[in-house]
Amino acid sequence: MDQELIVRAVAAATQEVFSTMLAAEARQQAPYAERIPNVSDGVVAFIGLAGPWTGAGMLSCSPTLACRLASQLLMADYSEAEGVSEEVLDAVAEIANMVIGNVKNLLEEELGPMGMSIPTVIFGRNFTTRSVAQGEWIVTPFDCAGERLEVRLCLAPCREAAPVRHGFHSADYVAL
Amino acid sequence: MPLDVLIVDDSAAIRKILQRVLRQAEVGVREVYEASDGLEALEALKKHKVHLVLADVNMPNMNGMQLLAHLKSTAEWQQLPVIMVTTEGSQSKVMEAVQLGAAGYIRKPFSAEQIKDKVSSLF
Repeated sequence: MDQELIVRAVAAATQEVFSTMLAAEARQQAPYAERIPNVSDGVVAFIGLAGPWTGAGMLSCSPTLACRLASQLLMADYSEAEGVSEEVLDAVAEIANMVIGNVKNLLEEELGPMGMSIPTVIFGRNFTTRSVAQGEWIVTPFDCAGERLEVRLCLAPCREAAPVRHGFHSADYVAL
Repeated sequence: MPLDVLIVDDSAAIRKILQRVLRQAEVGVREVYEASDGLEALEALKKHKVHLVLADVNMPNMNGMQLLAHLKSTAEWQQLPVIMVTTEGSQSKVMEAVQLGAAGYIRKPFSAEQIKDKVSSLF
């Protein structure tokens, strides 16, 4: 898997979502790879991908940024002082859906058709993330007006191309 | 003509955004109803006569393509325009929607102008 291809797709998709839906800027930082997703706090949205290539996408940020993104997306005031509400989590899930969905659209040109699950979003502290997926996670961080947003993607060729199924079936889990 | 619209999306955030966009678009929207999947949409359509449906593709229970196929195969709703609003941007999905009879296909992320232009072109 060409890591540059993934980073280019993630950057293009994230910046398009930010400029079109959030009227905000997401400045890409230096990407890197990791074996295990290093995410243990904050708001995390997961989306499973399946097809000839299979894996998952993940978008994570602080509660502060989650509230800010929800406020910009929904044009309402979601203050962190009032807590991370269901509306905030739903907004982050939809932003992840648009980002990972558009990454998928861009990668499909090279990798063939993929199905995408409905997002699952988690908010908490001190959780542990593990993956049984083969391959590395490519992490593309962004600076969003001083707050950090991270988009992770892990894709590996499927040994036997399975028919696309709908629903969350990522090979990942989060221990809370 | 005052427009009554049904928005079908499993994301409450997207339903809220589309509702706001429609109301600000000055396309004559009167009532906006909401459903979170295709099955809920069919229930809503039995209760309310609408002029337009905006539907996501990836949804639980009954997805947007299944909803579109059902509407186009039912005499009562055959002429009802359905615009798909979705992250699914592959050519095969667009073609599938067109073949099933979608009146439009708007990819997320979308601008308010895209929604306004598409709705205006239909009415």
